[in-house]
Amino acid sequence: MDNDRVDQITDNHKCECGHSGIVEGLSDRVDRIIDKHNCKASSLIQVLLEIQSENHWLPKEALDQVAERLQVPLTRIQQIATFYKAFSLVPKGRHGIHVCMGTACHVRGAQRVLDTVENLTGIKPGETDLDLKFSLETVNCLGCCALGPVVEIGGKTHGKMAPAKMADVLKNYE
Amino acid sequence: MSDIVLQIDGIEVTANEEMTVLEAAQKAGISIPTLCHHEKLEPYGACRLCLVELESRGRSRLVVSCLYPVEKGLVVKTRSEKVDRIRKMILELLLSHAPDAFDLQDLAREYGADKYRFAKEPSFCVHCGLCVRYCAEVKKKEAIGFVNRGTKREISFIPEIASRECWNCKECFPLCPTEALQAAYVLAKAIAFPATAE
Repeated sequence: MDNDRVDQITDNHKCECGHSGIVEGLSDRVDRIIDKHNCKASSLIQVLLEIQSENHWLPKEALDQVAERLQVPLTRIQQIATFYKAFSLVPKGRHGIHVCMGTACHVRGAQRVLDTVENLTGIKPGETDLDLKFSLETVNCLGCCALGPVVEIGGKTHGKMAPAKMADVLKNYE
Repeated sequence: MSDIVLQIDGIEVTANEEMTVLEAAQKAGISIPTLCHHEKLEPYGACRLCLVELESRGRSRLVVSCLYPVEKGLVVKTRSEKVDRIRKMILELLLSHAPDAFDLQDLAREYGADKYRFAKEPSFCVHCGLCVRYCAEVKKKEAIGFVNRGTKREISFIPEIASRECWNCKECFPLCPTEALQAAYVLAKAIAFPATAE
């Protein structure tokens, strides 16, 4: 973000808020997202979703900032952030791996694909590796059963996966 | 404000139009069991225990009295075979969460509910929301709220607010129909002041 834009946003502040600056740059990004939604409490979920997609997770500092600027109680934000699976209160990797465990994928060997992913990345479903590269999740159906077993990585769908192909696919992600 | 006349358990009761069936019954001295109702708070309808049978136009239906506004000529039955059966079931389900809650055990005796009917899954919280709503509506502190959803839903204090406000308040403790709240508070205190935890 260039300096002019930062100044402009700072001038436009309607709500009182202190910049904690605990996470470098995060507080500015959160401010920009909140300003985009005109500081409206009704845009709470939209604001949280945008922070989630930019930052991959919702740190406590960001939630405090949102609570203060949108004038929404923190309990309410916590309730929403824990209710929807789209939000994460723990750090997530840059690429989310979703291994489909639906019926069609299951009978075509999804379990073996999952085992291979676990071995290659060193993480179990629900976990994130230490370099924040991958987060692993299992899902129940991705909706393209004819392509099974399906693995979705960072939004891109990889169909007809096999344990042997997995290493080649994962190699492409940094 | 016009008065509305309705019949509760065969007694003519007058109520004003903002009242709910539960309030009208309480005014007439008819008791309806409740867990999540509190006179200072907005009706919530979480525990479903205050359910009553309504008769109108020859049909009967079940509604929760704490949310249902009074209507002219309503015929309400606070106890009937059907109502008792459902209340017994609700109690048995709640008791699997909080088997040792005194309020629930008293009601279980009255309705013949068996606390061992369902496998125990003691979370100790029956999600009545009294603490959460009291903190938000009466105290306006919002130190406690619900987190997660479905079977994992539970109450949670915000440690920063709790450490500032709760020590001198604790007004939500006596509201809890089980003892879950106190446990949650002890936990929040332990998180907020790791050094002072007993």
